[in-house]
Amino acid sequence: MEDKSKKFMNPYLAGVLLGFVIIAAFFFSGEGLGGSGAVKDAVRTTVAKIAPSYAENNNYFKSAVDSEHSPIKTWLVFEVLGVLIGGVISGAFAGRLKLMIEHSPKISSKKRIIFAVLGGILFGIGSQLGRGCTSGAGLSGMAVMSVSGFLVVAAIFGTGYLAAWFFRKLWI
Amino acid sequence: MAPIFQQGSEWNLLAALFIGIAFGFVLERAGFSTSRKLAGVFYGYDFTVLKVFFTAAFTAAMGLLYLNYFGVFNYELVWMPTTYVVPTLVGGAIMGVGFIMGGFCPGTSMCGIATGKIDALAFVGGIAIGVFFYGVSYEWLWEDFRLTTNIGKKTMSEVLGISPGIAVLIFIIFGLFVFWLVDKVKKEYNIKDVEY
Repeated sequence: MEDKSKKFMNPYLAGVLLGFVIIAAFFFSGEGLGGSGAVKDAVRTTVAKIAPSYAENNNYFKSAVDSEHSPIKTWLVFEVLGVLIGGVISGAFAGRLKLMIEHSPKISSKKRIIFAVLGGILFGIGSQLGRGCTSGAGLSGMAVMSVSGFLVVAAIFGTGYLAAWFFRKLWI
Repeated sequence: MAPIFQQGSEWNLLAALFIGIAFGFVLERAGFSTSRKLAGVFYGYDFTVLKVFFTAAFTAAMGLLYLNYFGVFNYELVWMPTTYVVPTLVGGAIMGVGFIMGGFCPGTSMCGIATGKIDALAFVGGIAIGVFFYGVSYEWLWEDFRLTTNIGKKTMSEVLGISPGIAVLIFIIFGLFVFWLVDKVKKEYNIKDVEY
């Protein structure tokens, strides 16, 4: 059997390349990379379209009602579209495109999906409170050496390690 | 002088698309479209995430610093987050638990969707629910709290009272130490690889 891990890029090389992508984002667009911003924008726009009167009176959704659209949000939407395309291209080259629910053999697909949704919910809340996710607040924040970036990364990984014991059955 | 493209211009959106493609490509190459590889960092069987993440961060930090020295990049003209200490720590802690439960973070889940992971799609659905919940409960739970402990747009060098170059150097040395440490931990405790 072919060793699958061989097909992944050396992590340090991938890191340097990812670093160049971040530099390009700042150099060309003045923006950091992001992951959660596009989902945030989609949710806010949806709420503003479906329930405009509710959105008008909610301080979080309000700004999405205005006709003038914040350019940074749109930048993140285009960037995330790009991530999907880039992921498909790389996956296709490596022969990794496959419809599946990936999980440890010790848990069921159903359990995996439930925990994926729960994890997503927490990330949705946390990324709004922390003003960005692992990429948007953490990686991009550290690239400009901002205190915020280092704090959020320390909190994400620190809590991840603390919580890992409780959820070990999901993974190992 | 950077940024090259004007914010909100069509050229900038096109740049966003191509930068995103490069981002997604590298994430997938590194193996970030699989949650089991990502979760490995928390159980010691795969430290790829940590290595890619920190290498990327200090490569970018060093690159931007050099562009700044060359006079083609100005930190004042690009995105720089304001630091709200406690909300950031609490938000990060919530995300940390989300990471271990869901096995993805938002960026990597997009990459997971790209390669056909249904669990990644479920994760993104969860993010949308989470954002919605945050929005609905915004005024009574988060609105005041998120603005507390504002220390301004602070960088590490300002807070530590050292030059930006030294700050980046310390960051790199710290990163290299972590890389050495995690490999040692994996070897020392004889943590086995997980098949996925």
